[in-house]
Amino acid sequence: MSTPIPDRIDAEEPFVQLLTPAGERVTHPDFAYGGDLDDIRGLYRDLVLARRIDTEAFALQRHGELGLWPPSLGQEAAQIGSGRALRPQDFAFPSYREHGVAWCRGIDPVQLLGMFRGSEMSGWDAAEHGYGPPSIVIGAQVLHATGYAMGLQLDGVVGTGDAERDAAVIAYFGDGATSQGDTNEAFDWAAVHHAPVVFFCQNNQYAISAPVARQSRVPIVRRAEGFGFRGLRVDGNDVLACHAVTSAALQVARGGGGPVLVEAVTYRMGAHTTSDDPSRYRDASEVEAWRAKDPLDRVRRHLEAQGTASSFFEGLDTEAEALGTRLREVCRALPEPVLADQFDRVFVETPPDLVAHREEHLAFRASFEEVVA
Amino acid sequence: MSTMTMAAALNAGLRAALESDEHVLIMGEDVGRLGGVFRVTDGLQKDFGESRVMDTPLAESAIVGTAVGLAFRGYRPIVEIQFDGFVYPAYDQIVSQVAKLHHRTAGRTRMPIVIRIPFGGGIGAIEHHSESPEAQFAMTAGLKVLSCSDPHDAYWMVRQAVASDDPVVLMEPKRRYWDAGEVDTDTTTLGLWSSQVRRSGRDVTLVAYGPMVRTCLEAAEAAQEDGRELEVIDLRTLSPLDLGPVVESVRRTGRVVVVHEASRTLGLGAEVAARLGEECFFSLEAPVERVTGYDLPYPPSRAEDDFLPGIDRILDAVDRTMAI
Repeated sequence: MSTPIPDRIDAEEPFVQLLTPAGERVTHPDFAYGGDLDDIRGLYRDLVLARRIDTEAFALQRHGELGLWPPSLGQEAAQIGSGRALRPQDFAFPSYREHGVAWCRGIDPVQLLGMFRGSEMSGWDAAEHGYGPPSIVIGAQVLHATGYAMGLQLDGVVGTGDAERDAAVIAYFGDGATSQGDTNEAFDWAAVHHAPVVFFCQNNQYAISAPVARQSRVPIVRRAEGFGFRGLRVDGNDVLACHAVTSAALQVARGGGGPVLVEAVTYRMGAHTTSDDPSRYRDASEVEAWRAKDPLDRVRRHLEAQGTASSFFEGLDTEAEALGTRLREVCRALPEPVLADQFDRVFVETPPDLVAHREEHLAFRASFEEVVA
Repeated sequence: MSTMTMAAALNAGLRAALESDEHVLIMGEDVGRLGGVFRVTDGLQKDFGESRVMDTPLAESAIVGTAVGLAFRGYRPIVEIQFDGFVYPAYDQIVSQVAKLHHRTAGRTRMPIVIRIPFGGGIGAIEHHSESPEAQFAMTAGLKVLSCSDPHDAYWMVRQAVASDDPVVLMEPKRRYWDAGEVDTDTTTLGLWSSQVRRSGRDVTLVAYGPMVRTCLEAAEAAQEDGRELEVIDLRTLSPLDLGPVVESVRRTGRVVVVHEASRTLGLGAEVAARLGEECFFSLEAPVERVTGYDLPYPPSRAEDDFLPGIDRILDAVDRTMAI
């Protein structure tokens, strides 16, 4: 008892990597990426377009078109790799930075902008896309994912062996969220219920200014064992590894094997949000060191080394440019919200008191129109 | 006397509190190295060290729950909840523990904890960042709830709250953080538990607190151009309420409008109206008017100007009370 448990150093904890920053494929005894070069080109397209959505939205905020934007720069591989591992029948509960996962779930990126412009609430139908609304309250969605997974169990769509039918849930959250009670309660609950949920933690090293060492004494992946399920640690800047590891984790969940924690080790290259100034709490040299591990560069290097024609990359540039242009134009033309529209969205059956509030608001507005007339 | 913003005044008040008693601690998300997302704690960790100004893990329940334990040990924690909408994970600790422990221990244990919460809208923020949950704390027996409305008051309120042996929830109007004003750091005439007449007038009494005090003062200025004299009373303390000055005012004006950003139903305005009915019913010339947020979750920010009470809605309510 007198021997203290040694510190577990984050940097020394191994992770699964299948594509090095230099763009070289490497093998791992337990995980392999199953796709071919065409599939990798598809992932690269997703990465490039996800980055374009993010950089365009960032620019729109700087031009005053959005009130706020949480950049996903640097985290594209974790999001695309895991997002493309999902099947249509799966369901994802995001936090607020998962722009790349939203892309994978078929959500028009324009629909990401309204909430951050302040012109809309969540912009998509969760059931239609298998993708929940952004959760800004940290960790709340991890419990929702667990409950949804219990619903899948009740519906009998777990462990049937039918690949078209078996489903799982993925919960996205960050390193900061692992300190929240909700997250830890979800871990415990899912373990006890053997719920088909993959806890996908993007460890981007910071919760606003707090480094991951402020949240956890051990690498986050090690939390899983104490709760009674498996933890997998993956290079979060390696889209192939993220895809392979998440696919395996989802397959465990779909097959009735219970929850799995995936810790994707990545880095928030930008600010927490456009309101944040990271120069107050981290060194530029740290950011530069991570820039060398960029999730897009390594895939491009690999594709080029494998003989992908330059026309592919040029075509992708054109596609990204067109997407950026469309986002700019549509964002600026988004309709202004009308307060009167909000009253009917609070309840399915609007109570009379709330109808009266709406009438009061409309009468107040109308009083100005009479003056103008 | 010096001129400073409300954020700077709070910072100066916290600094003075840390200097005055080594048992005073500051805890919260990003309060240390970053100085808080609103920079209210800027520079305090640098000057007082990481053991007195602590960056916590991202866990609001734990921030308040560990503050309770520190209070048991004789410390006086000041905790920051980063935004109003993030306080709910800590709600259980606040309501079941902070509010009740003095009573649960038959008065033996003190909970000198200050819970600072930037609250309210008007800054164009996304969801969960513009809420006004003050009534949920004011209705909780065992909590005292304050709201400051200008830099001088902010400076002294935080100092006096820290010195109080009872738990205090300090609702800070985040849209007024950057308002500048004169602060006298040597002395103040105001204690914690009193409301204050901010402007005298004979026609109608406006009752507000926090962010709406400035809005009401602007409404009173506009009304003066129409020859109407509006009295503006800043409640300052939401629990316990100090309605003496309001009752005295209403006995003269006979007309009152209560203004807050929070939704109307069971908001502070309901309590004020009920008490005025009890204490000065026969002085009222018109029903108590309430100008508040509607009973909606906070809307998308580009629609918030229609949600929040503004000068026109306040003056409309003044018109209604004077039409009777």
